[in-house]
Amino acid sequence: MIELDARRLMCPMPVIRTQDLIKTLASGANVRVTCTDPGVMHDIPAWCRINGHLLLAAEEIEGEFVLTIQVGAMA
Amino acid sequence: MEKQRKAVALISGGLDSLLAAKVMLEQGVHVEGINFYTGFCVEGHTHAIRKKDKAKPKRNNALWSAEQLGIKLHIIDIIEEYKDVLINPKHGYGANMNPCLDCKVFMVGKAKQWADENGFDFIITGEVIGQRPMSQRRETMPIISEESGAEDRLLRPLCAQNLPETLPEREGWVNRDELYDFSGRTRKPQMALAEKFGFDDYAQPAGGCCFLTDKAYSVKLVDLWASRGKRDYALDDIMLLKVGRHIRPREGFKLIIAREEGESNFLQGYKKQFTTLKTISHNGPLTLLDGVADEDGIKLAAQIVARFSQGREASEVEVEVADKGQVQNLVVKPLAPDEIQEAWRV
Repeated sequence: MIELDARRLMCPMPVIRTQDLIKTLASGANVRVTCTDPGVMHDIPAWCRINGHLLLAAEEIEGEFVLTIQVGAMA
Repeated sequence: MEKQRKAVALISGGLDSLLAAKVMLEQGVHVEGINFYTGFCVEGHTHAIRKKDKAKPKRNNALWSAEQLGIKLHIIDIIEEYKDVLINPKHGYGANMNPCLDCKVFMVGKAKQWADENGFDFIITGEVIGQRPMSQRRETMPIISEESGAEDRLLRPLCAQNLPETLPEREGWVNRDELYDFSGRTRKPQMALAEKFGFDDYAQPAGGCCFLTDKAYSVKLVDLWASRGKRDYALDDIMLLKVGRHIRPREGFKLIIAREEGESNFLQGYKKQFTTLKTISHNGPLTLLDGVADEDGIKLAAQIVARFSQGREASEVEVEVADKGQVQNLVVKPLAPDEIQEAWRV
């Protein structure tokens, strides 16, 4: 699992950081992004859908938003 | 079989760019979207700050547009590079601090660079002649094509029939007869086309998608530059211009006073970087002090903060002043309403 700390960043910066990290990874890799902007709960799933990545989980944990993504073959 | 041509579409999240991309998809072109984040975009973070906005959906319209179109979207961080566009615009500013023409030239240039690097044939935008007073006029269309370096690889599907033929039209990659001749400020043709394509939930931003077109925001930006004696900024600076009441009672510092709980929560994230003030004898908003204040200045700041607290009518209010781990409590009399000078409000 590759961790990405996107705390204190406001959308769309967490999406951009996620996108730029995933660009460097092979299909099938798993990434966990931790954020504080609730907007990510909408934006990151939408970004995954249009770019062919699989959202494995999107949870709120103690006031933070944690999204787990599997890098898709379309990346 | 003829090679499928590839276009990169500038996607702002508004209706015009959505339609322009759709027109290309209808002609069998492979389209991917590109969206630039300058730091001044109304999209995104501002929705997350103010509590009153929380009822609104936190949709990023560029992502939403891409999803409607079924295309990929590449979001590019241009915060650093954009500084030069804003600080030194060759073509000047619009009604406020909006360098719209330079901005468009810059973004089309970046899209051209991206297209070259990724094997795309041409660039499309949702521009319409006469739609915007500064950047979308008949005279500015060739300026954007030329200065961006895109030249005749820049196609505007919504008004192409009013413009000279571009490379994709000449080469038969797209059919000019199936492009459009929209012009002027009316939105009716776009709305009709949206209906034809089955789009009924598109974004219609009243004041555009950039804070730099906003008068109040621009005033704060100019004040920031004047107070620092130089035209420069960091991302945190331009984020904070979107939040709170800004009051500059002395040349050397200003106060950023949260207007409600959502803004107070947002400002909490800046406690390590700024001197903060918070009333403790009464409920009140979190306040950042941006700049340098002497003892008298701190006292005045505390009196102003007390004015915006629940203790505004009290004879005394206790205010906690915290500066990088050092905390002092001051007991002050809140300023009267008429003691807060109009000229202090940024």
